[in-house]
Amino acid sequence: MKVRIVFLAGVLATFGAGAFAQAKEQFFPVLTGRTGPVAPNATPWANGHNDYMKLVNARGGINGVKTLVEECETAYATDRGVECYERLKGKHGGATVFQPLSTGITFALTEKVPADKIPMITSGYGRSDSADGGVFKWNFPLIGHYWVAGDTVLQHIGKQAGGMEKLKGKKIGVGYHDSPFGKELLPILQERAAQYGFTLQLLPIAAPGVEQKATWLQVRRDQPDYVILQTWGVMTPTAIKEAQAVGYPREKMFGTWWSGAEPDLKDIGQGAKGYSAVMMQHGAEPQSAVVKEILDKVHAKGQGTGPKDEVGSVLYMRGVLGALLATEGVRAAQERFGKGKVMTGEQARWGYENLNLTQAKLDALGFKGVMRPVSTNCVDHMGSAWARVHQWDGSKFVWASDWLQADEQVIRPLVKTSADKYAAEKKLTRRTPADCQS
Amino acid sequence: MFYRENGQFKASYRADSQIFPVTQDRLGVLFMLVIALVAIPLLADEYLLRAIFIPFVILSLAALGVNILVGYCGQISLGSGAFMAVGAYAAYNAYVRIDGMPLIVALLLGGFFATLVGMFFGIPSLRVKGLYLAVATLAAQFFCDWAFLRVSWFTNNSSSGSVAVSDLSLMGWSIASPASKYLFCMGFLIAFGLMAKNLVRGAVGREWMAIRDMDVAASVIGIRPMYAKLSAFAVSSFIVGVAGGLWGFVHLGSWEPAAFSVDRSFQLLFMVIIGGMGSIMGSFFGAAFIVVLPIFLNQFLPAVGSLVGIEISTAGIAHAEIMLFGVLIIWFLIVEPHGLARLWSLGKQKMRLWPFPH
Repeated sequence: MKVRIVFLAGVLATFGAGAFAQAKEQFFPVLTGRTGPVAPNATPWANGHNDYMKLVNARGGINGVKTLVEECETAYATDRGVECYERLKGKHGGATVFQPLSTGITFALTEKVPADKIPMITSGYGRSDSADGGVFKWNFPLIGHYWVAGDTVLQHIGKQAGGMEKLKGKKIGVGYHDSPFGKELLPILQERAAQYGFTLQLLPIAAPGVEQKATWLQVRRDQPDYVILQTWGVMTPTAIKEAQAVGYPREKMFGTWWSGAEPDLKDIGQGAKGYSAVMMQHGAEPQSAVVKEILDKVHAKGQGTGPKDEVGSVLYMRGVLGALLATEGVRAAQERFGKGKVMTGEQARWGYENLNLTQAKLDALGFKGVMRPVSTNCVDHMGSAWARVHQWDGSKFVWASDWLQADEQVIRPLVKTSADKYAAEKKLTRRTPADCQS
Repeated sequence: MFYRENGQFKASYRADSQIFPVTQDRLGVLFMLVIALVAIPLLADEYLLRAIFIPFVILSLAALGVNILVGYCGQISLGSGAFMAVGAYAAYNAYVRIDGMPLIVALLLGGFFATLVGMFFGIPSLRVKGLYLAVATLAAQFFCDWAFLRVSWFTNNSSSGSVAVSDLSLMGWSIASPASKYLFCMGFLIAFGLMAKNLVRGAVGREWMAIRDMDVAASVIGIRPMYAKLSAFAVSSFIVGVAGGLWGFVHLGSWEPAAFSVDRSFQLLFMVIIGGMGSIMGSFFGAAFIVVLPIFLNQFLPAVGSLVGIEISTAGIAHAEIMLFGVLIIWFLIVEPHGLARLWSLGKQKMRLWPFPH
């Protein structure tokens, strides 16, 4: 038992030494996945996020308030993610917002953030039903969640087939990460399958997904008309290589937005030609104004977080967008609670709920052509449901579709039903209109 | 000098058979209880409680359960993660499906179902031993992983397969603050710890150890192997199941089958091996080693790095943490193959002789 006490004293000492308060800095904790099976994909995200935060500082901060980031490595493991959350939430005057970049961690933190009064942005992942702000006060799946991805990828497949009604009788395989991350996609696909009369062939792939021979032999035997991939990390390139091995045409394979980035495809090169993936608004944007500004003001000064050549790549851009949404929410909150002040998590939450990024504002920030306007409110915590599809031409991505919008008529009832079920299980009541004003 | 039982005479059988016969041990345990129940909840901050002590307490409980099976009865099990999962999901189903289900009853029901599953998967132990049994219990792991991923009834038809509980309370006492969560788990740990300590020094425990040491000889002297082995599986799975329920309900709040994957089974087995097989104390040491050490290294390394002026990247720290952790495991197994608990008893032996080494 003495050993234990010595240990704890050591933990106390290191923790005490690390915690010091600083004024006039808005703290953005970063949960990273720089090691483990998702490292190739999660690393550019974190680099993009941190580079944009540095750019915000180079531009003079959020109305003068500098941003501060601290990383904590989760390796995509939920229990380590919870530990990181507990470690970072109180540091540097309190965390502004968490972006866990893992659906498993999002589920665990969803239970914790209301008590700690810290908002959580889960752009493109996490709980799809958390778009319902009436139940999920602290969750913000800004600009998209899995059901938007599923709906838009089906719209794209429908266009390829010559109209959604042509999908009748077709068979669509769904290769998914066998975890909440993968399964979250299924409700929208099942809804659409019932509506348009196609069948789904579910192909669960166990994490981390480096062994998929059996799955792809099944694909070869059953020859589905299309295959949708909802994979992450090393699972994606493995799936594409296996598809190549069994001769399944890559032109009929469509990824969601976590399954179509450079780290997934660049090593396969020509072998992945024709593979396409739906993108949450942005794709690879090396020509965008914000990327040039990051290269100019951050990387040129030797302050870049990662290697220079990844700047502007798909997942790097998603990190940039994550940081943009996090800082713009704080800016919106400052409009109400005082310009140039450090916002608490609770105040920042108001900012995320009342976000209104018009195209003019986005263009001024350098996001012209990268993303479309976002506007959230008390009920809608997503704010925008647009996507595009890009296709791998053997060495880079090219746009393969126009802007697609997920069908709110289908998604909204799904979100509401699921959120109501969550509320009933948790014995929560919906937020009142008065609560929305606060 | 200070730690010696000389002169402590027992005048009754009752006094002779108490759990801690030596006065110093009694005082020591009392002191540790005071620290655990009073000092830590009062002094530790939220981070220490939530991220260190609560996982440590829950996994100590699980390691205690595994130690009964592996350390005392000698039945190697790789299904502990599965029994935790059964405990967690059974408690979840009892808690959400039955209105007004008290928390403790739900957790104990989880333990009960884990017992049933544990005994079922313990049946092969009557015929196979050692590594073969380990492989047979691995089947429990894969079966449970499959069941909780695929059978949507277990997860209350949640579309993502992830389940969540919140607003825990015990007879009006809300278990929401870190200190109350810690005390709640600590209550289970103390209750099961005392129960286990008593079991292993009673008739049942002696049967387990006889089976562990030589099962043929044990059956010759009249110990029923089936009864002894299955009772070890039952007690062990019950404790592990309750620990699983606590891990889901109190620590994570929301979980998916990956929280109880085969990695967890290995982790629990390593806790027992590193902590000390066949030692209640060893379960605590093992849990501390596996739970606390990586987190400690993760925060200690950057602090050391900044002292000498090196800034280590996040990935670098994570890699260094894994490497150092591996090195420490090997080092401890070489210097003390009987586990950390053996160091503890060696320390006590030294205290007996101190200050004269001979």
